[in-house]
Amino acid sequence: MKAALITFPGSNCDRDMAVAIKSVTGRAPIAVWHSETTLGDVDFIALPGGFSYGDYLRCGAIAARSGIIPEIIRAGKRGVPILGICNGFQILTEIGLLPGALMRNAGLHFICRDVPLRVETSQSVFTGGYRTGSVVHMPVAHHDGNYFVDPDQQKRLDDEDRIAWRYCTKSGEVTPQANINGSVGNIAGVLNESRTILGMMPHPERMIESAHGGTDGRPLFESALSMLATL
Amino acid sequence: MKARVHITLKSGVLDPQGKAIHHALDSLGFSGVDDVRQGKYIELDLQETDREKARADVEDMCRKLLANTVIERFSIDLD
Repeated sequence: MKAALITFPGSNCDRDMAVAIKSVTGRAPIAVWHSETTLGDVDFIALPGGFSYGDYLRCGAIAARSGIIPEIIRAGKRGVPILGICNGFQILTEIGLLPGALMRNAGLHFICRDVPLRVETSQSVFTGGYRTGSVVHMPVAHHDGNYFVDPDQQKRLDDEDRIAWRYCTKSGEVTPQANINGSVGNIAGVLNESRTILGMMPHPERMIESAHGGTDGRPLFESALSMLATL
Repeated sequence: MKARVHITLKSGVLDPQGKAIHHALDSLGFSGVDDVRQGKYIELDLQETDREKARADVEDMCRKLLANTVIERFSIDLD
């Protein structure tokens, strides 16, 4: 199993992601710099969080035009699982591999804390280790996590069971009060049509060891990477 | 030739920054403002001298990078 971790100028969660992947698979991911133009034969691609290009123009906009992006699109279309966290999610929407856009938080504040999330579907390579409807806790750290899609696309995401997580209360209720950043439908993460690409604002890679305050992020890496470990 | 590009959020998209500006204007006593929408302004110095080609180029730039047409619309003025 070969995982690739893409780093952009301004990525800052790449090391956490590498540690999480190595902790679960025993193998460090291949480090890929944004300006490279070949990816080789990889089985998993991770786009880490951070503030690529200082969030200039729009979050992820400039990173989404990097040299490595055509390779990521090709791999994604072949069905190679892609995980984009935080800035990685923003980049995936800017590339067009995921629908919608991430806008400035409705309250305008940078939000940095652990939040409860409701697992909306266990039907994906990433969420197979969770029970649908259960509540997990993961940290968020973002200024632009306000997910927007138009009502037609939102209905499509709902109908096709492509919403991975929603912001909720501790007891799992999806309410306006639990919506930390103004996202439509409290959406915290979405899947693409083939359910092999996941973008999410919360940081599962920061919830891997008990020293992190919890291990709710671990099943995501375990289910995604154990499925691929046989490759 | 100079191109001036205005990028604004589409009308159905909430603009929290515009709302914050509106609130600040209110608190300064500017009570006659019904709504505020914040956008971006980008100026481009182009080598192209043919206006039609220049407009087509800038439209392409807007679609490929300058604007995110999921949430934004753009308008182009040429000198």
